[in-house]
Amino acid sequence: MDTLLLSRIQFAANISFHILFPTITIALGWVLLFFKVRFNRTKDRKWMDLYMFWVKVFALSFAMGVVSGITMSFQFGTNWPGFMETVGNVAGPLLAYEVLTAFFLEAVFLGIMLFGASRVPGWLHTMATTLVAFGTTMSAFWILVLNSWMHTPAGYELVDGVVVATDWWAIIFNPSMPYRLVHMLLASGLTVAFLIAGLSAYRWLRGDRAPAVATGLRVGVMLGAVLIPIQILAGDMHGLNTLEHQPQKVAAMEGNWETQSHVPLLLFALPNEETRSNSFEIGIPSLASVILKHDPAGVVPGLNDFVAEDGTVMHPPVAPVFWSFRVMVGIGMAMLVVAWAGVYLMWRRGADALPRPYLWGLTGMSFAGWGATLAGWYTTEIGRQPWLVQGVLTVKEAVGDIASGMVLSTLIAYLAVYAVLLAAYIGVIFHLARRGGVLYEPVASPGMQPVTRAGVHPAE
Amino acid sequence: MFDPVALPFIFAALMGVSILLYVVLDGFDLGVGLLFPFADEDERDRMIASIGPFWDANETWLVLAIGLLLVAFPVAHGDILTALYLPVAVMLIGLILRGVAFEFRAKAPLGHKKPWDVAFWAGSLMTALSQGFMLGMYVMGLEWTWAKVGFATLTAGALAVAYSFIGAGWVILKTDGALQRKAVDWAKGGIWGIVLGMGAVSAATPLVSQRIFDKWFSFPEVALLAPLPLVSGGLVVALWYVLRRLPMEEDRLAWFPFVGATALMVLGFCGMAYSFYPYIVPEQMTIWEAASSTEALSIILVGTLFVLPVILGYTVLAYFIFRGKATKLSYD
Ligand code: HDD
Ligand code: HEM
Ligand code: HEM
Repeated sequence: MDTLLLSRIQFAANISFHILFPTITIALGWVLLFFKVRFNRTKDRKWMDLYMFWVKVFALSFAMGVVSGITMSFQFGTNWPGFMETVGNVAGPLLAYEVLTAFFLEAVFLGIMLFGASRVPGWLHTMATTLVAFGTTMSAFWILVLNSWMHTPAGYELVDGVVVATDWWAIIFNPSMPYRLVHMLLASGLTVAFLIAGLSAYRWLRGDRAPAVATGLRVGVMLGAVLIPIQILAGDMHGLNTLEHQPQKVAAMEGNWETQSHVPLLLFALPNEETRSNSFEIGIPSLASVILKHDPAGVVPGLNDFVAEDGTVMHPPVAPVFWSFRVMVGIGMAMLVVAWAGVYLMWRRGADALPRPYLWGLTGMSFAGWGATLAGWYTTEIGRQPWLVQGVLTVKEAVGDIASGMVLSTLIAYLAVYAVLLAAYIGVIFHLARRGGVLYEPVASPGMQPVTRAGVHPAE
Repeated sequence: MFDPVALPFIFAALMGVSILLYVVLDGFDLGVGLLFPFADEDERDRMIASIGPFWDANETWLVLAIGLLLVAFPVAHGDILTALYLPVAVMLIGLILRGVAFEFRAKAPLGHKKPWDVAFWAGSLMTALSQGFMLGMYVMGLEWTWAKVGFATLTAGALAVAYSFIGAGWVILKTDGALQRKAVDWAKGGIWGIVLGMGAVSAATPLVSQRIFDKWFSFPEVALLAPLPLVSGGLVVALWYVLRRLPMEEDRLAWFPFVGATALMVLGFCGMAYSFYPYIVPEQMTIWEAASSTEALSIILVGTLFVLPVILGYTVLAYFIFRGKATKLSYD
């Protein structure tokens, strides 16, 4: 295999691994703040129990997010030197602002949030929690600004083949940024909602009747039920925005080869790039035209418009985009059904009398958010091929000149490490659920601990 | 906007400061990891507790340093990182292992604690060795020949020992009793790593290039430079003297090994900065040749000038909140 392909696989593997954890921490930070504020208000112990359980998941996810993120920031130089050389004048400041305004904030206050409860006044601890949540959201903001700019570049000009910024406002608020940011933040919220609901259901099924379990179940299902309709709406608007700026991507998502009206919404198809048609398809007539143009006779662009005179294909590979889009939407629909069925069941029977099959279903969907998020990113990123920065730089132009054997060896090493860590992570989370979040270490008394200073600490 | 000649210099200085902060700050927590095999289980818990609230922020200085290289000197960034492709990958995997082992050892089932402790140690070792290796390769001008790789292997070992020295200094500062006494012994062993490492780099640097040789050994530079080795030598003697008398009544001077080690690292770094300036890729590319556009640098500088003091402020706050001897880590 060549360096280009290996570098792409390696980048995709690293970022896919990385994004799993920010997806959890971005929303979980805010949920923890919610638990804490509820406890401060009600003094009901169950909110503190919820906080104590989920803060452990948060700490673990955060560590995974940080270390895999560090890998990401080196990848630009090791594998894609052409990227910074061409668009560094735009990408550089955005990345710098992410480090300065987000990473330090989260990293420093994380220590206080996790271990400072007994050392600082309550308000400072709540503030640290808020700042950590804010920091993760800020880093999502900056990185998505950059990623959106790569899809829909604006506010720049090309001077001697190098991108120079002309309008920072237009760069930051580039056309797809608001949609992508909203869609990703909602994705994070949904991932956390289903994780909380799923693990609480698992604890319930194992006979854990702590008050925090039923409450966690209710919080998770409710959060999911509220967010999923908004997500579907946001996703639809995102698609319309993409139709305007990257029509070839939408054509691949729809599996539509010819520009035409009355385009069906395909539920299943086998796109074939050799024959440039679908070998087999099942669809709902005219529905894609209705969704994309709000009119059954609406004309939707097709893939054949994106083949140059000399036959060079300038649209993305169709099957992966087509399928990952369907996986995402499919999981979204499953979330809709499950969350609202849960609301109905809770309303009829209460959160502590849910049928066992339903609880098993929730447990099975604990990590559904990960699936949809990855599928969504694959749609977006593969849908941008062959461009790295739409219309400016192709992936091929950016790749570094390294021996392919070297890339292969590091790729294998990363994959091995990631496989072990992912298994360990999921294992530990279920292990924590089985123990109700109690660690083995004798947990210090919840009261205040005296602050010990150098010299006055009694010998142990 | 800002002066196009001054800007690259300012960014090189900022990058230097964040590398230095990284080496000192993550140096001590990497060092603590390197010392793991010499400690028993309770001692390990306490050592972990002493770095728990800090390690994440410490590593962020590496992200800032690499970020500044990336954004301010994009051309050099590609050259340096592709030349160091393999050691970078080893370092990244090391950082991954130790960062997560830290969390897993406390949360995984009891029987799994040992393997995660091993992962913590191994990750710290991979990180320290690869950083030392990269330091050596950088000094040698980023060329892969047997002799140069040999030199880099030497600096790899030396940096690992130096990190364990500053780590031991940290443990002396943050603990007491039997563990503190043990850490004093570790420090006595580790100090030789610093001497060897600084000695090797100092001896090799002027030999690599005539330009650096002249920069060191012509008059009046040689007189101005003389304090660097003299102060370093003095510090080593003072450290040795103090280490032989620690721990003292009322914990006096427990801070000295850590501060002394920090001072040594700062001095060594100044020496290197002096030699290589104004090159960013040794002997090939100066900071002006590698810099991004003035406009991009200005945008970043404005933000940096606002944000950096705030970052330093809350970093100091965190060290202040967790001052004193390390106590058990708990989320309550
Ligand atoms: C700042 C830039 C950036 C960001 C935030 C993302 N990507 Fe990306 N992605 C790239 C920059 C990029 C890239 C550098 O442009 C790649 C590398 C090679 C390529 O084809 O484009 C890429 C490719 C790429 C590929 C391979 C596509 C192919 O080669 O056909 C996948 C699967 C992903 N990405 C997945 C993701 C995921 C899961 C992300 C969620 C965080 C993500 N990307 C965010
Ligand atoms: C190429 C793309 C990316 C790079 C280079 C990158 C880089 C990094 C780095 C270096 C860190 C560690 C920071 C620290 O030391 O605290 C990090 C963490 C983080 N990243 Fe990324 N990242 C990328 C993609 C993304 C995306 C797409 C998102 C969100 C949508 C994201 C959200 C976060 C968040 C929230 C954290 C904080 C740590 C955590 O919560 O787990 N990143 N990233
Ligand atoms: C069910 C209705 C949904 C629709 C119609 C929808 C629509 C879309 C579209 C059109 C894109 C591609 C954007 C582009 O052109 O780049 C996208 C991307 C994405 N989707 Fe969805 N989506 C839905 C549900 C979900 C769910 C449930 C999740 C996660 C929980 C999710 C997570 C993502 C992510 C992470 C991306 C990539 C980031 C981005 O480009 O915004 N989506 N979605």
